Amino acid sequence: MTATELVTTAEKPSGRRALNDTKRRLTSPRATIAALVIAVLWTIPTFGVLVSSFRPRNEIQTTGWWTVFQNWGWTGDNYVEALNSGAGGLTMLGAFVNSFAITLPGSILPLILATLAAYGFAWMDFRGKNLLFVLVFALQIVPIQMAFIPLLQLFSQGTVFGFPVIEAFGSAGYAQVWVAHTIFGLPLAIFLLHNFIAQIPGEVIEAARVDGAGHGQIFFRIVLPLSMPAIASFAIFQFLWVWNDLLVALIFADGNVAPITKLLAQMTGSRGEDWHLLTAGAFIAIIVPLLVFLFLQRYFVRGLLAGSAKG
Amino acid sequence: MASFLAWLSVLSPWLQIPLIIGVFAAAVGILLFFIEIAPRAGRVYTIIRLAACVLFPLGVMWALQSWWWAILAAGVLGLLFFWLDYRAKAGAGYLFQLVGFLAPALILLLVGLVFPVIQTVGQSMLNSSGTRFVGLDNFLWIFTRPQGIRTILNTIVWVLIAPVVSTVVGLVYAYFIDKSRGEKVYKILVFMPMAISFVGASIIWRFMYTARPAGAEQIGFVNQVIVWLGGSPVPFLQVEPWNTLFLIIVFVWIYTGFAMVVLSAAIKGVPTEQLEAAELDGANAYERFMNVVVPGIRPSIVVVLTTIAIASMKIFDIVRTMTAGANNTSVIANEMYQQFRSFEAGRSAAYAVILFVLVLPLVIYNARQIKAQREVR
Repeated sequence: MTATELVTTAEKPSGRRALNDTKRRLTSPRATIAALVIAVLWTIPTFGVLVSSFRPRNEIQTTGWWTVFQNWGWTGDNYVEALNSGAGGLTMLGAFVNSFAITLPGSILPLILATLAAYGFAWMDFRGKNLLFVLVFALQIVPIQMAFIPLLQLFSQGTVFGFPVIEAFGSAGYAQVWVAHTIFGLPLAIFLLHNFIAQIPGEVIEAARVDGAGHGQIFFRIVLPLSMPAIASFAIFQFLWVWNDLLVALIFADGNVAPITKLLAQMTGSRGEDWHLLTAGAFIAIIVPLLVFLFLQRYFVRGLLAGSAKG
Repeated sequence: MASFLAWLSVLSPWLQIPLIIGVFAAAVGILLFFIEIAPRAGRVYTIIRLAACVLFPLGVMWALQSWWWAILAAGVLGLLFFWLDYRAKAGAGYLFQLVGFLAPALILLLVGLVFPVIQTVGQSMLNSSGTRFVGLDNFLWIFTRPQGIRTILNTIVWVLIAPVVSTVVGLVYAYFIDKSRGEKVYKILVFMPMAISFVGASIIWRFMYTARPAGAEQIGFVNQVIVWLGGSPVPFLQVEPWNTLFLIIVFVWIYTGFAMVVLSAAIKGVPTEQLEAAELDGANAYERFMNVVVPGIRPSIVVVLTTIAIASMKIFDIVRTMTAGANNTSVIANEMYQQFRSFEAGRSAAYAVILFVLVLPLVIYNARQIKAQREVR
């Protein structure tokens, strides 16, 4: 390194240097080490399963994954076998596709309905609005278990309290799961999006109204674009929630529409010692949420901070 | 609608996704169109509005396949809109718009959540086939069975331990990374389990806990550590009463990231001047943490604690996938599913009601905290 370079690197803009100084003064090597240790501890389980999923069957069953340097051996066969194995006529590949078919509509449908309702609650006045909104908020507290049995009856017989309300569609593919996830996602979605949409400055809405825009146009042209960050963060939230869900799937997704979480749960019950299948299966199941999480982390965190009320 | 869904269900899943979303978006588009033209004056718009009052009942009929509901909807719509708009202060078409925005979500919630909850409360007092009123027999059955008491006790253990441990670890960790380099990477690593499903996490930890006979080479990392330290391998998921704790560890592993992210955001909001003042007064790092940081973020801590408590009370996936409730690890949600599977609808509903009653105070408290926080802001 030449002398001139040394000089230029030493003379950074003073503001940034001050910031670095503060940061350096506040950071402590001990804290860094502690943070590192915890982070490593937290990652070991996932890392171990990832390594194991690429090891040959015999090696997994007899040696630990940390001995991978002594017992060398890598293979992708586990994934091929896992994708083709399954239970009750459904392979894991099929269940993986099912997960997509359940999750995408299961997060988009409630989002659209909730945005409409959130706008209504935020920018339209009517008697009893606050009471109605509190009731919707209160629905979040209902454990979804409370609704399972009657909802199942509604889907299979089309009756509420014995009166026919809808035509039964109990066995029609994914429909049950879509509707169930839509209903269960609505209260939180309405609440979160309302909080965001209500914060849009009133002047903006007023200005549009003066220019002759109706509620439909205001919703479409102003509210929708402005609340995209909130909608995005809730979409990610709902996507992860629906993808990772087991309980709703166990009740509403029977037979060959089951998502991957349900199939995996069944396989741990029936083939609990086939670690080459389970480790590979676990990774197939978590790769999509993991990618979504890694790339869209910022929005996810935002949704989490806004919606830490979800139980 | 049922025939449309039946037709849809025979297509390839990849085709079903755009179709259902497209149909849904089209329906919403039509709705928005009517919302938009509702307040306009002029004969054309009146005709379009009239058309809407015919179209919607037709749509209702298509969805519900019932003449009665369609006639009812037509009558209600026609009467309400034209009579009320005639008298409305907020302008013509206002009510029409209001219903357009709110009705879809609210009707779904009413039919899919409110009615079912009422029905469940009713069912919890019926016998298994729902034909005879048995009063509180289902609850009595739960509370007089040793297994039932054990289930409820386990749930209480979950709620007492899981939230406290994950919040404390999350808080300490949030404080550490606030003062360390490479904060972002550490954060992602600890937060990552939050994206992994409970089912995935359960498999990961079943693998960690795997035990092989003493002397044989271990494949579960935790047991290997025990062997390295000179102990003999433990079948973690079978040793009562500690196995519930080992399940809780999995939950803590997942939720610490959540606590860390929320609390880390809160810690960033603690004024630096206060910390510097404390430092000048001679407080060491630990004192600064306990006396400045923790009181400064108390509301966030409470919200995190109650949120995790609610989640741990409803815990199902971990127990289901790791032990399925064997060896006395069952919890209320798992028992509820178990009874549902064995067609004991009454008992299942009773478990759901117990869960609801337990969750209720926590949620009310949480909601008030959030409200108070909003008012401060």
